[in-house]
Amino acid sequence: MTSGPTTDPRAAAPGAANPPKRRNTELALLGFAVLITLVAQAIVDLTVTGSLTTELATFGVWFAALWTVAHLVVRRWAPYADPLLLPAVALLVGLGLSFIHRLDLAAQQADSALSREDAPVQLVWATLGLVLFVGVLLVLRDHRLLSRFAYTLALVGLVLLAIPALLPSSLSEVNGAKIWIRVAGFSIQPGEFAKICLTVFFAAYLVDKRDVLALASRRVMGLELPRGRDLGPVLVAWGLSILVLVFERDLGSSLLLFGIFVVMLYVATERASWLLIGLGLFAGGALVAYQLFGHVQQRVDSWLDPFEYYDGSGFQVAQALFGLGTGGLFGAGLGGGRPDQVPVAKSDFIAAAVGEELGLFGLVAVIIVYLVLVERGLRTSLICRDAFGKLLAAGLSFAIAWQVFVVLGGVTGLLPLTGLTTPFLAYGGSSLVANFVLVAVLVRISDAARRPAAPTGPPKPALGDAPTEVVQT
Amino acid sequence: MNAPLRRVAISVLVLFTLLIVNVNVIQVVRSDELRSDGRNTRVLVEEYDSERGSIVAGGTEVANSVPTDDQLTYLRQYANGPVYAPVTGYYSLVYGNAQMERAADDVLSGDDARLFTRRLADLFTGRDPAGGDVVLTLDPAVQETAMAGLEGVTGAVVALDPSTGAVLGMASTPTYDPNQLSSHEPAAIRDYAAQLDGMEIDPRLNRAINARYEPGSIFKVVVSAAALSSGQYTPDTVIPAPQELVLPGTRTALENFGGSACDPSGRQSLLEALTISCNTAFAQLGIDLGEDRVREMAEAFGIGGDPLEIPLPVSESTLGEIETDAALGVSSIGQQDVQLTPLQAAMIASAVANDGTLMSPYLVDQVRAPDLSVIDQTDPEELSEPVSADVADQLTEMMTSVVENGSGRRARIPGATVAGKTGTAENAGPDHNWFIGFAPADDPQIAVAVFVANGGGTGGDVSAPIARDVMQAYLDGQGG
Repeated sequence: MTSGPTTDPRAAAPGAANPPKRRNTELALLGFAVLITLVAQAIVDLTVTGSLTTELATFGVWFAALWTVAHLVVRRWAPYADPLLLPAVALLVGLGLSFIHRLDLAAQQADSALSREDAPVQLVWATLGLVLFVGVLLVLRDHRLLSRFAYTLALVGLVLLAIPALLPSSLSEVNGAKIWIRVAGFSIQPGEFAKICLTVFFAAYLVDKRDVLALASRRVMGLELPRGRDLGPVLVAWGLSILVLVFERDLGSSLLLFGIFVVMLYVATERASWLLIGLGLFAGGALVAYQLFGHVQQRVDSWLDPFEYYDGSGFQVAQALFGLGTGGLFGAGLGGGRPDQVPVAKSDFIAAAVGEELGLFGLVAVIIVYLVLVERGLRTSLICRDAFGKLLAAGLSFAIAWQVFVVLGGVTGLLPLTGLTTPFLAYGGSSLVANFVLVAVLVRISDAARRPAAPTGPPKPALGDAPTEVVQT
Repeated sequence: MNAPLRRVAISVLVLFTLLIVNVNVIQVVRSDELRSDGRNTRVLVEEYDSERGSIVAGGTEVANSVPTDDQLTYLRQYANGPVYAPVTGYYSLVYGNAQMERAADDVLSGDDARLFTRRLADLFTGRDPAGGDVVLTLDPAVQETAMAGLEGVTGAVVALDPSTGAVLGMASTPTYDPNQLSSHEPAAIRDYAAQLDGMEIDPRLNRAINARYEPGSIFKVVVSAAALSSGQYTPDTVIPAPQELVLPGTRTALENFGGSACDPSGRQSLLEALTISCNTAFAQLGIDLGEDRVREMAEAFGIGGDPLEIPLPVSESTLGEIETDAALGVSSIGQQDVQLTPLQAAMIASAVANDGTLMSPYLVDQVRAPDLSVIDQTDPEELSEPVSADVADQLTEMMTSVVENGSGRRARIPGATVAGKTGTAENAGPDHNWFIGFAPADDPQIAVAVFVANGGGTGGDVSAPIARDVMQAYLDGQGG
């Protein structure tokens, strides 16, 4: 493996001025993730079809090339980035591809006339995601640049969120949720991109206004409550989520956006009272939504007892639970279970497929890989030297954590179903591409956070110089 | 901002821990419950992937699995389904397994420990795992004759080999077609089940072992056995046989069948009393013997004993509570709360036929591995010894007289002596008709019980001819 010009592991020896970059660690872990993926694919092919195909070799080369490129780009343009972020993503994407391939085979077995395969499509999406990942790292040389476009991004985010609601149902509705833009055979879920845009906006806005928002007006029962007029932003965010819920019937995005905003508000202001206010607004909103909307009631009812609604809304979760229970500790083995019995196993319920075939151990391993990804992101936030980067890294990391919790909680019956996708693992182009962008931003921030502060002179966060830097790239 | 950040990090840890605890609960604690839930077709579908063993009777497969093109690799088929349905049961996607398909599931599916090494070998050789075969004790001629005899009525026939306890025939009507419950089309299965549900009498119930009925006069064989075993009676002992018997402590008069006198003198021998099935004589005899002797003898024949598994689970037969002498009198003629399964009735005849030794009834003769090697052969076992060989001989003499001279004439077989006893039991509807017996009387090969629910006639008219046909079919087949 060739190494980038700036990389010499020995330069990172203890006691040296530079902290270790750990790029070779990243490379080794990436190799490990690619290996696991290829072994998983080979097992799937052998178990289900009994033979290995040349497609596996093609896939292997392509998949390995993706992460080699990603690694080289990081080595060259973000050398101090956290070495665990990329391998965690690679492992999740690889496992996801293996399971989508596995479900493709199951669908073909059930109906031999079926030639549609989703795994190659997903690989194309992953490639596109990687192109954007590289693009973000090349163009965005300093994450603080993003704060300049905060309001633009907010507008973009809101427009993205609003489009499906404004489009006619024929172009925006799939399975009852109006969250898509369907053009020319492609389905794009703009909410996934809106999530990133709005998180950037939240970070910039909150850094700007956090002093005001942290002002307490009075103490009630040991809590310092903010002034009434400062409640504005949280009410707007809340209203926005309610609008999403009403016009797009999208419980997931609504919950996700509001959760991200409240947590970022809490981190920015260090006031627990915001959490309580957020929780109160959420509880109120949830109660009203439950009273008003049939689909919310249905979700809650079938969450409380999926087996009672087995013939209707509870079927999916019940089947997922059957799959998980049948998988038990060790699972049925890749290709040995019947994950195709769960409707939409490829996208919303891919975690159930993992649990059924890889067992408790496999599913917990996947959860822990997510945990590693999130905690590395939060660690980036902790050591980040600028407030905007800190808040942005926190927001993006929490976005992943919150989404994983809500989705996996839904699939395993811990929470009502929301219709969010499992980041990186599930089939779905928008989600995959958007999350690649999200990780690119995290990598960029972590590079800045871990980069030694002084030696090359203090590049002031001179915002005025920023456009010049963009042109230089 | 670091303090709240750390708290967020810890919260994320807590949330993920919740997820992990929850999947632990699902995949470990609730695993068995979810796996075995009837609506979870995963295990069943997995089962359909391997070739299920056959159920064999008389050298032919009465249930076997054949390869199909659909998603479930094998289809269960029942040759002559309705005739063997009471024993084979069904193997249904929708309703699970019943009867032998359930009781011998481990063998048929290949999960049985005795097939373990074989499965281990399959694992390494890549051979498709297959289940073992279950070879039934049923004799096709007996089974078919029994089912044909019951055509059009609700009833049951059980035929046993008295010397081993092997079940030669087990019929129950009305019957059904297990093929239609075992197809691969859930909608068609449900339709057929709905059709069965709509019938007045559920054909899926095996009346031979899972239904109990008042035995009527066939119970007199048990009372006779108790009398002879007490040492105070012989077949020639003369006992009171009044035209009517006022039950002790009541004003109820017990009459004979049709209100007739058993003997003009009001007394007759035990042999004669059984031959013409005299109610007053046996009621008085039961009262004279006392509840203990009657109950002990009934239990020795298996009534009220440990529930049998042959391996189909058998419902328990019972004498009921006998509170008074009046109740004892009525119980002694097989009424009151006495209730027997047809299998239990056959066991009474079988014990008498086998010199007083009751053999454990069983339906599975052999268990075979998929390569047809025998991995288990049932050894006949003694269940109990209700009467001595001498008493058995005396009972045989009396029961032979029933067929030769009494109510069981229609069970006579040319060229063979038949011993038997008829029963006509009162119940809420028309009388139940029974016949128990065995043949040949001097060297018993087959013991039978025939039950026709609400036949309306007498045991001698309705059930004895069916018993005769069944016994004759078997004796013909044996070259006798």
